[in-house]
Amino acid sequence: MDLLAEIVTGVINGDDERIAQLTQAVIEQGVSPKSILDDGLIAGMNVVGERFKAHTIFLPDVLLAAKAMYAGLDLLKPLLIKEGIPPMGRVVIGSVRGDLHDIGKNLVGIMLKGAGFEIIDLGNDVPPEAMVESAVRNEATVIGMSALLTTTMPVMGQVVQLLSQEGLTGKIKTIVGGAPVSGEFAREIGADAYGFDAANAVDRVKSLINVV
Amino acid sequence: MSDILEFSVAELVPDRTAVLENQGIPAGTAVSQQIQDLYYLACGLLAEAAAPVGVLCEISASAFAHVYMGEGRNEPRTPVGDIFERADHLALFAVTLGERPGQEIGSRFESNDFALACMLDSTASMAADKAAAVAEQRFSDTLQATGRTTPETGVLRYSPGYCGWHISGQKRLFEFLRPEQIGLTLRDSFLMEPLKSVSGVIVAGHRDIHNFPISYQFCSDCDTRSCRQRLRALFAG
Repeated sequence: MDLLAEIVTGVINGDDERIAQLTQAVIEQGVSPKSILDDGLIAGMNVVGERFKAHTIFLPDVLLAAKAMYAGLDLLKPLLIKEGIPPMGRVVIGSVRGDLHDIGKNLVGIMLKGAGFEIIDLGNDVPPEAMVESAVRNEATVIGMSALLTTTMPVMGQVVQLLSQEGLTGKIKTIVGGAPVSGEFAREIGADAYGFDAANAVDRVKSLINVV
Repeated sequence: MSDILEFSVAELVPDRTAVLENQGIPAGTAVSQQIQDLYYLACGLLAEAAAPVGVLCEISASAFAHVYMGEGRNEPRTPVGDIFERADHLALFAVTLGERPGQEIGSRFESNDFALACMLDSTASMAADKAAAVAEQRFSDTLQATGRTTPETGVLRYSPGYCGWHISGQKRLFEFLRPEQIGLTLRDSFLMEPLKSVSGVIVAGHRDIHNFPISYQFCSDCDTRSCRQRLRALFAG
């Protein structure tokens, strides 16, 4: 098995120590950082994402794989920056103001990063103004919002309205998710997409920025 | 006058099946040793980090009406709003696991140890809910010990932020309960610090008053239906 294939397997198995060793080895062999990322780490996470969608593995398995993926990514990041390889896209994420539930939001961030996106995670209890300001400042193309309370869902609509007031509709896309959120609600508030789980959110973000 | 509630961590640790279900793993699923180890590791960390404590204070219906009204941002009709005036006894409560569980979760996320961070997050959230359940049980026990219950009495807790009771209701709840004495503070957004905390009102009365229909406007946005589980438990008990 070549080393890139071993990286794929190591990510799937959540073997972070092995991934660090393998990534270092392929870097030393002169394999391009972009290839290590795409054909090793992201390829492994793609398999994990598919298995998660198919319910053959569960959240902790995904998170163990993500840790392994990051063990390789940490070694690659300086090389990717040095070679000027841009991330797939930049996404601001946060749980909306009044909501402290962030497991789902964290999982979306982890899986988006695993898919090659740069993530600016604003945490929980994030005011609409902070979401928009961060997206503008960081030149993000997508804002991802999470809410677990029916009483905080309206804040998502406030973010969409704020983008509209700032003339940013269409330039910065929005995706919403969380237990009480639905596709119908997303349409009602004018959000660009709804992710029903983390894996689906990754697919929807890719669609939003035309990377499929 | 408020009572300080003490808890042992041991009585709050949620069982493995419940935590794994919270992580999206259906009951009865065979899980890897790696995932089982994560659960036990999370329980160990919780036992080291949690310092559970609570406060409970009885409140009259008229005083609670003021608390419940909050900032005037509740839904027009809510279960709590429909129930509390029919209650025999009410008590406000707040419980917390303290600062450290949240810090431990944050540091695990920072070090990319996502699986353990999430397992600890689930374990701590469920432990905080168990602390609220223990507070509810102790209030129920007190009522029973002082001859203030009947065989038909049902005791259930409700929290701001859920079921149409706006999260801004925390402000007046805090003004009445003063949970600062157990280290709890309120953010401008009405969320509690430390985060692994639960507050609300415990409503004691004829159990039928709790049997509300899921036909409130906000029920259509809710897919947890956790109220039904609570009611089933109340009527089964």
